[in-house]
Amino acid sequence: MTDVSETLAAPIGVSVPRPGIERFTAGRGRYIDDLLLPRMAHIAFLRSPYAHARIKSIDSAAAAALPGVIRIFTAGDLEGVVTPWEAVISNLPGIKSAPQFPMAKERATWQGEVVAAVVAQSRAQAEDAADAIAVDWEELPPLTDMVTALDPATPVLHPDLGDNLCFRMDIDAGDAPGRIAGADIVVEESFRIHRQTVVPLEPRGLIADFNPGDGILTVHHSSQVPHIMQAVFARHFGVEEHRIRVIVPDVGGSFGLKIHVFGDEMTTIAVSKILGRPIKFIADRLESFTGDVHCRDHIVKAKIGMMSDGRIVGLEVDDLTGIGPYSVYPRSSGVEAMLVAIFSGSTYDLKDYKATARVVFQNKAPMCQLRGVGMPIACSVTEGMVDLVARKGGLDPVEVRRKNLIPDDAYPYETAAGMPFEGLSFQSSLEELVRIMDYDALCKERDAKREQDIYLGIGVSIYCEGTSPSPLVYGVGGAPITAQDACTVKLEPSGAVSAAVGVTDQGQGAAAILTQIIASAVGVPMDSVSMTLGDTGRTPYGGGTWASRATGIAGEAALRAGRTLRENLLKIAGALLQLSPDDLDIREGEILQRSDGSVRMTLAELGRIVHFQGTGLPIEGDPGVVATGHFSLRDAMFMYTNGAIGSLVQLDPDTGFIKPLKLWAVDDCGRPINPMLVDEQLRGGLANAVGCSLFEELSYDDDGQLQNGTLVDYLLPMAGEMPDMEIAHMATPTKKSFLGAKGVGEAGIIGGPGAILNAVNDALSPFGVHVTEQPYTPERILAALGRV
Amino acid sequence: MKPHDFDYVRPTELDQVFDLIERHGDDARILAGGQSLMPTLNMRLSAPALLIDINRIDALKGLSVEGDMLRIGALTRHVELEHSPEVARHAPLLTKAIRHVAHPAVRNRGTIGGSLSLADPAAELPACALALGATLVLRGRDGQRRVPANTFFVDLYETARGEKEVLEAVEVPLATSSDRFGFGELARRHGDFAMVGLAAAARMAGGTIERLRLAFFGIGNVPVLSSAADLAAGRPLDADLVEVLRGAVGETLDPTDNLQASAAMKKHLASVLVGRVLGDMME
Repeated sequence: MTDVSETLAAPIGVSVPRPGIERFTAGRGRYIDDLLLPRMAHIAFLRSPYAHARIKSIDSAAAAALPGVIRIFTAGDLEGVVTPWEAVISNLPGIKSAPQFPMAKERATWQGEVVAAVVAQSRAQAEDAADAIAVDWEELPPLTDMVTALDPATPVLHPDLGDNLCFRMDIDAGDAPGRIAGADIVVEESFRIHRQTVVPLEPRGLIADFNPGDGILTVHHSSQVPHIMQAVFARHFGVEEHRIRVIVPDVGGSFGLKIHVFGDEMTTIAVSKILGRPIKFIADRLESFTGDVHCRDHIVKAKIGMMSDGRIVGLEVDDLTGIGPYSVYPRSSGVEAMLVAIFSGSTYDLKDYKATARVVFQNKAPMCQLRGVGMPIACSVTEGMVDLVARKGGLDPVEVRRKNLIPDDAYPYETAAGMPFEGLSFQSSLEELVRIMDYDALCKERDAKREQDIYLGIGVSIYCEGTSPSPLVYGVGGAPITAQDACTVKLEPSGAVSAAVGVTDQGQGAAAILTQIIASAVGVPMDSVSMTLGDTGRTPYGGGTWASRATGIAGEAALRAGRTLRENLLKIAGALLQLSPDDLDIREGEILQRSDGSVRMTLAELGRIVHFQGTGLPIEGDPGVVATGHFSLRDAMFMYTNGAIGSLVQLDPDTGFIKPLKLWAVDDCGRPINPMLVDEQLRGGLANAVGCSLFEELSYDDDGQLQNGTLVDYLLPMAGEMPDMEIAHMATPTKKSFLGAKGVGEAGIIGGPGAILNAVNDALSPFGVHVTEQPYTPERILAALGRV
Repeated sequence: MKPHDFDYVRPTELDQVFDLIERHGDDARILAGGQSLMPTLNMRLSAPALLIDINRIDALKGLSVEGDMLRIGALTRHVELEHSPEVARHAPLLTKAIRHVAHPAVRNRGTIGGSLSLADPAAELPACALALGATLVLRGRDGQRRVPANTFFVDLYETARGEKEVLEAVEVPLATSSDRFGFGELARRHGDFAMVGLAAAARMAGGTIERLRLAFFGIGNVPVLSSAADLAAGRPLDADLVEVLRGAVGETLDPTDNLQASAAMKKHLASVLVGRVLGDMME
């Protein structure tokens, strides 16, 4: 489809400053908590203090009598208002879950599950009353150890399901066990990736506003997926989709959190429906730690075989993950493990590959897809294993990768797990990484420093990322999740262009990217383009912003809409000027005659004529000044991207501290629309990678109690922990779109942890030890060194 | 979360504070810089009925040299300690330590009196008070009393300050040319509470140590002076001594596990810090 050599007009490909950024820097953004509606009340939740407990009774009489309290709700009060959900999708065969209610019914299954809701005149009053609700609990034994979850002796969390297995997936391509058995060098290792969460600056929040007068439910929602939520709300609240409007104002970060269905949010909507007034819920930081979804929490056993010449002959991966008591709606909690299974080893030319993924229930906060979804684990495990086997074989890790990566001239290529790669650049990305790191010189410096007892470590990782998904990921499985987006563009009488598209902007600049594409496609200055995003009442139906899809999917829809509008405008101009449209061009809002470059009219003049004086224009086909383009990937699960990350760390062997000194990234996201924003996405992802590699871990005790649910104890990396980062690009545009752009939003967190892991283990190598339990904390490093 | 409702008063005289404390007892809390108190209120870990804001009480402010002591008013903010030439000259240990206290935003509001009164076991300033042999000046309705730092910190968040007393100032002996100071801590991130920290003060006499104080924090319920420091008396501050102290210090400490470090790790890190901090002091 794409002529990849085709140059798209500026500002596509230009690092222009983001339009509209001044609103945020001036503190004039408008988030959910800034919205005040008439008769609005506030909701606060009482959450289970136990991981697993029966609710014998709830006494809210004293709480109901406190000042400002409007009403207190428990699970039974919502019956008939909202139906339970069950997060299974048919394209994950055999996945099972139990019906989940917005509030715990009879039994709480994780610490943090909503038990009661208080509606009051203010949030503080609601919290006072929530404190005053008395619950008579009967503690039940919690299921917290995922390793024993499937043992016959372990009690079954949902007896109707028969066992604690949510989902299992197997891949067996070629003969991995046989090939590994025949390999010269074999490494077997187990990796532990602990639980994490994401912490957007703006927590979850919404205002539900059901108007009994017209039966319309309006939800102002800090969300990435307004149309998906519209469909979910319609399913479960018995309101027709066209009577539901989901409006997304400014969103202060999301990282995949704001695509899921949460009991507290569904309760808020149900309560608005019952009370017939707007209800605001803003999750506070503390309740977010147990009320949000978490990610990761995997144990991966892996086995790799290599011949003495460095040729890798087989890889086996066995993933076990605990997802809390329910599969999370509407995407299910099977996808992270699925991506571990299909992405492990996917960067290498490997026909013999075996994977098992098992997903089990447990009494911890629900786990679901967050930034990177399984792919950081696939990359860490694969790249960690490649380094371990290279070291055991006495080979340079970069050399081993050179021998085994899928060659740049091998495309189209299908991986052992069945992924169809259209065109990637593993080899040239690695070479570019080696170049910008000055890898050989860096290795020499490392070796020289070791003579002085300074322990530097160098690590590289190669990653593959699935972006811009097709309906094959969720839609075909029955989830109301569209993979399609449409963009509508209009010429206004002033000559400006307004556009509407269903994706959202979480602060990362999606609106800026779309503005650049439309300005390029139509031929107008960026400040002539106004964008409307994230409003089911005002934008075409679309999938929203997740899985690095806003640019690849909605960007292509915007390009097509812009091109159609441009063609129409040229036809109209041609008729007015009595010239062939082919002889005309639109640049910077002016219509030029191609032959001599002269300005024949402006779009403002054209807009005025079309809108106010357009009678009897002799134009064939009556072209309009409104155009819509749409796009969906159809024939593969993802638009695949790739890249390579390099990491330099320093180990302090006395304290176990790891100091990241530098990170390098080479990413191939196809055609970059705004290279500066691409760089910032990579830097943000790498910051995430520093966090999960060295700091972030949600610690649960054996009773299922979260031990570090505050920002004092859950260690997010801050600016002081960040190394310098150097970014470079390869560009292999996808041929599936005219735009040729793929996603980049998750690349840093997918490739970063593997590179940091390998750097840590390189620094530890003089001591003959290595680590595989993430995060690589001082205590784990010292334990590996035998010093504590 | 939102704090429970509370009343707020901002007296300008200490007598008004004593009136309020006597009237409200345990229901009242004193608000100085608020960097620890406000989060506990917002997290509903604490729900006092009354906050007594002492920020307008001039008697608690100011830094001055009085005799052979540097008197630091309880309301002196961390940022003032950080930039004070008097502190740098007369109590250089505080200048070294204060940069490890959280972040600039916290140092702009936090006060020395608040930090010492709260007595967080992982905080820097209580350990510095121990190392410096500081004296805490407590003011009650009926007058003043002086408590040496080594008896002030009683247990977890518990000090010798009486219920009806206010910490007025801390007095630090002026540093002399015979004094050497060292400070170090190991924190997971910049600005975090330390896993283990050490404030050290040595008084030299000629080429040997007359007296060494090693004050550890982040170890147990209170900052502690390690008795291992007694081994230094009469010895030169040199690599041999550092090795002796590195080996001896672990036995003198009784750390408790926490999320960031086990007891065994804290002992190990304490030994590492002895090597690093005393190593700096040798230079």
